[in-house]
Amino acid sequence: MNHDSYDDNYIRGILNSVKSIAMVGASPVNVRPSYFAFKYLAQRGYDMIPVNPGHVGKSLLGKPFVASLLDIDRPVDMVDIFRNSTNIMPAVDEALKMMPLPKVIWMQLGARDDAAAEKAEAAGMKVVMNRCPKIEYGRLSSEISWMGVNSRTLSSKRAPMPTQGMRLSLGRTSVGGGATSAADRAAKNRTDPS
Amino acid sequence: MTDRSPGFATLAVHAGAQPDPTTGARATPIYQTTSYVFNDADHAASLFGLQSFGNIYTRIGNPTQAVLEERVAALEGGTAALATASGHAAQVVVFQMLLKPGDEFIAARKLYGGSINQFTHAFKSFGWNAVWADPDDIESFERAVSPKTKAIFIESIANPGGTITDIEAIAAVARKAGVPLIVDNTLATPYLIRPIDHGADIVVHSLTKFLGGHGNSLGGIIVDAGTFDWSKDDKYPILSEPRPEYHGIKLQETFGNFAFAIACRVLGLRDLGPAISPFNSFLILTGIETLPLRMQKHCENTKAITEWLASHPAVAAVNYAGLNGDKYNNLARKYAPKGAGAVFTFSLKGGYDAGVDLVSRLKLFSHLANIGDTRSLVIHPASTTHSQLDDAAKTKAGAAPDLVRLSIGIEDKEDLIADLDQALRRED
Ligand SMILES: Cc1ncc(COP(=O)(O)O)c(C=O)c1O
Repeated sequence: MNHDSYDDNYIRGILNSVKSIAMVGASPVNVRPSYFAFKYLAQRGYDMIPVNPGHVGKSLLGKPFVASLLDIDRPVDMVDIFRNSTNIMPAVDEALKMMPLPKVIWMQLGARDDAAAEKAEAAGMKVVMNRCPKIEYGRLSSEISWMGVNSRTLSSKRAPMPTQGMRLSLGRTSVGGGATSAADRAAKNRTDPS
Repeated sequence: MTDRSPGFATLAVHAGAQPDPTTGARATPIYQTTSYVFNDADHAASLFGLQSFGNIYTRIGNPTQAVLEERVAALEGGTAALATASGHAAQVVVFQMLLKPGDEFIAARKLYGGSINQFTHAFKSFGWNAVWADPDDIESFERAVSPKTKAIFIESIANPGGTITDIEAIAAVARKAGVPLIVDNTLATPYLIRPIDHGADIVVHSLTKFLGGHGNSLGGIIVDAGTFDWSKDDKYPILSEPRPEYHGIKLQETFGNFAFAIACRVLGLRDLGPAISPFNSFLILTGIETLPLRMQKHCENTKAITEWLASHPAVAAVNYAGLNGDKYNNLARKYAPKGAGAVFTFSLKGGYDAGVDLVSRLKLFSHLANIGDTRSLVIHPASTTHSQLDDAAKTKAGAAPDLVRLSIGIEDKEDLIADLDQALRRED
């Protein structure tokens, strides 16, 4: 599968179907991107599990930290890896040992490991790389539009008022297959030195 | 459901807007408010800490403004945008994010006179140094690059001459120098030219002109292409380093390919303060809905009028890139195949005096300092918009003393030609 850009339907399908998300590298420091994303996804009704061996015994927004993906006591639909590209493979290897297997491996904005992605896909998992689930959820629901971000979606429907814990509709019409071609091309040139 | 790409006219009407969640209002409401209630203390703190999506205070953002921003970002093919009180305010905010005192940026010599002023005088007092280059000589941009260079600034179609800039050639210089290319796309609008498709990293506009289009509202906008890697070296610490104002957040790490637009909002707009009014956002947004139709008419009229002028016995020269044989016609065919815009200059055989006389005789054209109105406009740049330059610099900027500038409106072209015809027919 091509990981340089994603069709909106692919991302929409993942965000609409997963219910529980284990976040590897979740940080209790409230200026870290992982904290932002954890908090936002919890507000949007996902069952969030923080994974970070350095913080076991503490909890993040009321959710206790676990040391490893293998310490989680319930099925996990998606593993969101908040580590840089060089630390992706060990997390994917651990995810592959989980029973049942998670349906999705998601690598955070800036993180990409094509070999790890191939391994996960060979085991039947869906993979997203170099994206933030908070940004993608905000974009597809247009909740992100308050700050002038191009959601690349259109809708003539009246949206409900978002409340705490409410899932938003991600069913807006996508523009251009979900790609801003210039930004995607630039990102590809950065990861692909040729 | 398959993803289909809506066209430009559909985006011009729909992008960024949806029926109001509380009232169902279909037109975008004017949210004429300074501030927005928080749900609770935690909500307030997470908004201030940039952790949640939402409104705080209209100096930082406003729901009507946000629709305008998303719409222009969509039309330009950018990842996000930030609207400001004027085009000039947009330029100050952009450079504030990129430059420290002592830094340099390279600017094309052919620019709107107000921008030349701003860069030469106001920016100098901030310690930001403009180094000038000639867009007709790409190597002059290469020669201007130094270790202090932080950006390159050009206009896609330059005001007042209507000349077309070779964006791709200058984008290549910027890439080699490792600095962003900023393109002022005011005269072209994204309907005629989309600079991001040609390598621009940041696009700015005076919304006051063709985008608003009706001569009734000032506004400016910054569009982030999402193409520049701010963290590749230490040149752009505002984007790559922890921000003390936000408890150590790193903006590019947190906001990815729209970090520049966020920086312009949460640092530039917040601290410098040039917010656009909600009412102006509404008027400009309404103007943009008809942008494709208006630009077609602007260009159709301009083509007919420049051709008519070029064959008039009293006219010495017409400078319009859309004319066959014009010096910039090849660039116009490449970059602006739908039309070379609606602003151009021409000179009369009678020189400076005949030009001044023509301006005073016109009855339908309005003599004023603006462009991009529904109405046709006329001005003598050398004595107004470019009056601060000496004669040599005026000529280099495309505003030689004998030139008259027209901005063609969307009236009937026959009436505009009749007005020019009567004004050129000197009775004495
Ligand atoms: C090309 C160009 N850029 C910028 C500006 C400045 O815009 P504003 O007047 O909205 O500040 C103008 C205004 O004439 C212009 O023509």
